[in-house]
Amino acid sequence: MPAVRGDGMRGLAVFISDIRNCKSKEAEIKRINKELANIRSKFRGDRTLDGYQKKKYVCKLLFIFLLGHDIDFGHMEAVNLLSSNKYSEKQIGYLFISVLISANNELMKLIIQSIKNDLSSRNPIHVNLALQCIANIGSREMAETFGSEIPKLLVSGETIDVVKQSAALCLLRLFRTLPDIIPSGEWTSRIVHLLNDQHLGVVTAAVNLIDALVKKNSDEYKGCISLAVSRLSRIVTASYTDLQDYTYYFVPAPWLSMKLLRLLQNYPPPEDPGVRGRLTECLETILNKAQEPPKSKKVQHSNAKNAVLFEAISLIIHMDSEPNLLVRGCNQLGQFLQHRETNLRYLALESMCLLATSEFSHEAVKKHQETVVTALKTERDVSVRQRAVDLLYAMCDKTNAEEIVGEMLNYLETADYSIREEMVMKVAILAEKYASDYTWYVDVILNLIRIAGDYVSDEVWYRVIQIVINREDVQGYAAKTVFEALQAPACHENMVKVAAYILGEFGNLIAGDQRSSPFVQFNLLHSKYHLCAAQTRALLLTTYVKFINLFPEIRADIQNILKSDSNIRSSEVELQQRSMEYLQLSQIASTDVLDPAAVSGAALHPARQ
Amino acid sequence: MIRFILIQNRAGKTRLAKWYMNFDDDEKQKLIEEVHAVVTVRDAKHTNFVEFRNFKIIYRRYAGLYFCICVDISDNNLAYLEAIHNFVEVLNEYFHNVCELDLVFNFYKVYSVVDEMFLAGEIRETSQTKVLKQLLVYNSLE
Repeated sequence: MPAVRGDGMRGLAVFISDIRNCKSKEAEIKRINKELANIRSKFRGDRTLDGYQKKKYVCKLLFIFLLGHDIDFGHMEAVNLLSSNKYSEKQIGYLFISVLISANNELMKLIIQSIKNDLSSRNPIHVNLALQCIANIGSREMAETFGSEIPKLLVSGETIDVVKQSAALCLLRLFRTLPDIIPSGEWTSRIVHLLNDQHLGVVTAAVNLIDALVKKNSDEYKGCISLAVSRLSRIVTASYTDLQDYTYYFVPAPWLSMKLLRLLQNYPPPEDPGVRGRLTECLETILNKAQEPPKSKKVQHSNAKNAVLFEAISLIIHMDSEPNLLVRGCNQLGQFLQHRETNLRYLALESMCLLATSEFSHEAVKKHQETVVTALKTERDVSVRQRAVDLLYAMCDKTNAEEIVGEMLNYLETADYSIREEMVMKVAILAEKYASDYTWYVDVILNLIRIAGDYVSDEVWYRVIQIVINREDVQGYAAKTVFEALQAPACHENMVKVAAYILGEFGNLIAGDQRSSPFVQFNLLHSKYHLCAAQTRALLLTTYVKFINLFPEIRADIQNILKSDSNIRSSEVELQQRSMEYLQLSQIASTDVLDPAAVSGAALHPARQ
Repeated sequence: MIRFILIQNRAGKTRLAKWYMNFDDDEKQKLIEEVHAVVTVRDAKHTNFVEFRNFKIIYRRYAGLYFCICVDISDNNLAYLEAIHNFVEVLNEYFHNVCELDLVFNFYKVYSVVDEMFLAGEIRETSQTKVLKQLLVYNSLE
């Protein structure tokens, strides 16, 4: 086992070794129980334990808990550790509590008292531990108890940097629990001015708090905009030797830059022309840097740089006001589309989706259609292919709809099952939105059913029927096409439903051709009958009764089917009822009763067929 | 924001679990198992990002350990990918060429490192120099 240094608790290390050496689960449990008994007796014992021992045993208990075993004692001893003056003892006490104590524990009052003591300590390390504990637990009681004190600590001139960092995030945690603890007015200006702090760690922590406050009340905190822009500007134009501690692989303060760019996405473009100009400069600088030769070949450098770049592009898209920046952003993303790293191709596809919806950049995005289609066909990570689908959908308009829908249908043939339903919806929406020629629309939907029938929801095929009913120019085509589709050996049930409805309404339009005569249509439909679920069979029966009206010459054949035992005596009530009623209707001589309007008008919605 | 941070080995043993939202113990166990199942099937051809429930996981594998950060869908992927790396570099420096056993035997210290760099589900400090300096101060104390 690794050497135990300094304060390393030898007893703990031995115990951990023992556990690791256990050959079986039973042995492990035995060893744990032995230790638990030992610790229990030590805690109950006559001799009071010194801080070191308490720390060691509490730490052992914590270890046992983290292994997955319940601990029902030791909490009091952990709370006792909080009053120790020794860092290592306090730390273990706070850790045990953060991991094990729930908000309604009866010891909470004691814990809160200890925290209060540490918060007002002269020792910043103790203050820090207390703040971290509050941030880790963040209960309502803590918010109520400490809600007024933390902001004071945060903005006080006497608070040192590392404590401020913790105070900012501690306050954020409490704010999320109880938003009222930071009322407007009092603290606003001073919290916002944390963006100007000379310690970048404080700014890094504070920007998260400010972002949350802005989201709740953007007007109150709008003073942060100019400060954020000027801070961002200073970072982005800094040379990498300026920000010594905060430069990561030659990128100046990447996380802070990213957070500032996010903060600005809570607002529209800055009103003040000076601020706006400065921001635009920043964004241009970031875009420029992306084009410069990299200062390092390491992936960390490029990831950090690109993290900032993608966030900058997000801001550009959000502002949607600088066509030049939007187009540059789009071009940059276009380059990433063919990058050798999958991460970047994924993120570029995702980002471009947003660009596609902006009128300034929509055309620029369309130029990449071919690359995106290639991605759809060749990417090995399904999530990347999904982003490609999303992007094709977003970039679709009437100039490229046919191509894009065609590519999506192609892809659908081999697409992952997990994304089929969404793709089907997307294709159906695009086809309807951009159809100028409705025969194309009918083809697309029928193809959808053929390729991915299981994933075609009812809404989709109801819609195609509704459209066919409302468009005379496509009715004959629809009848012909479904008729042909039915002839395929394996025909999806949704196809049968659509065909049944359409032939029931418009079968007469193709009945003149011998190959699709009434009898042929009827037989074709009926050949599928026994393969279908009850709901579909009910629909077919309705089609048959419509046929009786459209094609009196096959009335007898249809009546035979209606009369058959499997229908008249069907265990499905709906089928029995329809068979009976339709049979009766068919036996009434008058054709008025079976007038198409009467039969289908009463229940025009396909669902009621 | 960060929802949780996990360090797991290939076999599924958890070496660190830090939670930034309230889950009860059963839910935590379930999440740990799900995360393990999701990341261990991925390889070099996949991205370092995975959709996970209504969040996403940014992860990277270092030798036998998977470092996973679960964040909100709208968060910046590359920023968190490098936050992981930054954290790993600090661990490496702090433990002098860190290995899995260091994280096991010094588990209580790993939490100190985490709390220096992350707090309340956000990034607290990014300077490795500053973090290490502070950790050495803690080491020197009783």
